[in-house]
Amino acid sequence: MEYLVGIQGKDFVLVAADNVAASSIIQMKHDYDKMFKLSEKILLLCVGEAGDTVQFAEYIQKNVQLYKMRNGYELSPAAAANFTRKNLADYLRSRTPYHVNLLLAGYDDTDGPGLFYMDYLSSLAKAPFAAHGYGAFLTLSILDRYYKPDLTREEAVDLLKKCIEELNKRFIMNLPSFTVRLIDKEGIHDLEKLTHGAK
Amino acid sequence: MALQDLCNFQDVFLDSVTTECSSVHFGKKTGCDFMQGSPFSNSSSLFNFYIPPVPLPFPISHGTTTLAFLFQGGVLAAADTRSSCAGQVACPASLKIRPVHSHMVSTTSGTSADCALWVRILSRELRLYQLRHGRRLSISGAAKLLSHMLHPFKGTKLCVAAILCGWDGGEEDGRHDNGGTKTELGGCTETAKKIAKSLDTSLQKTQSSSPTLGGQQHLTREKIRFSGPSLFYVCSDGTRLQGALFSVGSGSPYAYSILDQDVKWELTLDEATSIARQAVYRATHRDAYSGNHVDIFHISSKGWTRRSREDLKEEYYREKERRERGMRRDVTYEKAQCGD
Repeated sequence: MEYLVGIQGKDFVLVAADNVAASSIIQMKHDYDKMFKLSEKILLLCVGEAGDTVQFAEYIQKNVQLYKMRNGYELSPAAAANFTRKNLADYLRSRTPYHVNLLLAGYDDTDGPGLFYMDYLSSLAKAPFAAHGYGAFLTLSILDRYYKPDLTREEAVDLLKKCIEELNKRFIMNLPSFTVRLIDKEGIHDLEKLTHGAK
Repeated sequence: MALQDLCNFQDVFLDSVTTECSSVHFGKKTGCDFMQGSPFSNSSSLFNFYIPPVPLPFPISHGTTTLAFLFQGGVLAAADTRSSCAGQVACPASLKIRPVHSHMVSTTSGTSADCALWVRILSRELRLYQLRHGRRLSISGAAKLLSHMLHPFKGTKLCVAAILCGWDGGEEDGRHDNGGTKTELGGCTETAKKIAKSLDTSLQKTQSSSPTLGGQQHLTREKIRFSGPSLFYVCSDGTRLQGALFSVGSGSPYAYSILDQDVKWELTLDEATSIARQAVYRATHRDAYSGNHVDIFHISSKGWTRRSREDLKEEYYREKERRERGMRRDVTYEKAQCGD
């Protein structure tokens, strides 16, 4: 029911997540933010089971901050992604596995932009674009068709809009608005929320 | 039972296996667990035929109707008073809104015993915090505390879904900057209005709670210490949401539809009370697990106050009479008050 998407460009990563916090059949919140800021240039997008998402994401967030405090410099996105995956893997075969699906997006000063796909079975893949949720079934082929590695920011936003239009057209769930953020060498930028027509 | 063992009779009322405690509930449990083979289910009449339990279309959560919302006069919380168990009314006059301290109440739904216990534990922890630090913990902090206390029990049958309603700040000790010590409703309204109306991005909240660069630290402190009404939904499955309007329980969809139409920031206390009463009344009418009376609590900068309990049966007959007389006085009166 929840949807996450990320698109990596030449020197930026664009990410979007829906804003619905649902409980059974009720939308409890329409403006819920599913992105967690790990550091100045890393965002963690987290969906999955109700309490697990926030608990796990905040755990990762605080540990990344701790690393910075102890060592004086921040974890790179790749390191943060691997740290996250390791934690997921450690908990996977414990009594309390975390049922969460994640996208980690970041900009590294040496390696450039990076988008990492992780799922609840603690798999990790660096990908040029990725999506989570039922919406992924509808949008991955659009991303396959139109994606180019040297997308500009405007093209990436257009591609994102195409994906969301498709969701609004075909997805059974009503996802009225999406938070959109862009990460580049300057940091994290909030872009305009993408809302559905009449709302 | 011996015959049962001889026949290798499988106790068919096995608990459905999910880790979510909010799935498959038959009303507010007060100890007798229908699904786990209580004495009722082992009666001889059930040996002869086995009716497989029909799966619910979606998990029925916590047999009750509770709701709370923010408005210019503070927070209004309302709830019904029916406690059900195994399809019967165990208690028609239970108290579902429990005060936590002078400026906070908690509406509870789920398992009665769990809720009663955990709200008391929360009160105790908040009081200890207040004694140790010289100020009350914010509603946000209290919600986080409750959420973290419930986390170890995730996956067990513990079931608590609470809405914490309260007023932050407004203390006489002068330690709060925003809104001033003598919190005038006018002064708080702007801040609270902004919080209620603005899009609550948890990214903003995480930015303020995660220590970033030194320069931003001061700014983040300011953000947290605000004074005004506040509403948090906390569930034992780990959910913790801040909002301006929540309804929890099996009657919540019915209540939501009434509240979504009428709740606005500008309501007066009387209007808000009447809307809350209506919402609970309509929910109790439709939902089997909600009913009996309605409790209404109002929290303002001065603390919480409670309206006397009202019997919804009377409301039903009053409405019936009104309709029979053909007078839509109720609707037009409310409409006139709301300035429609």
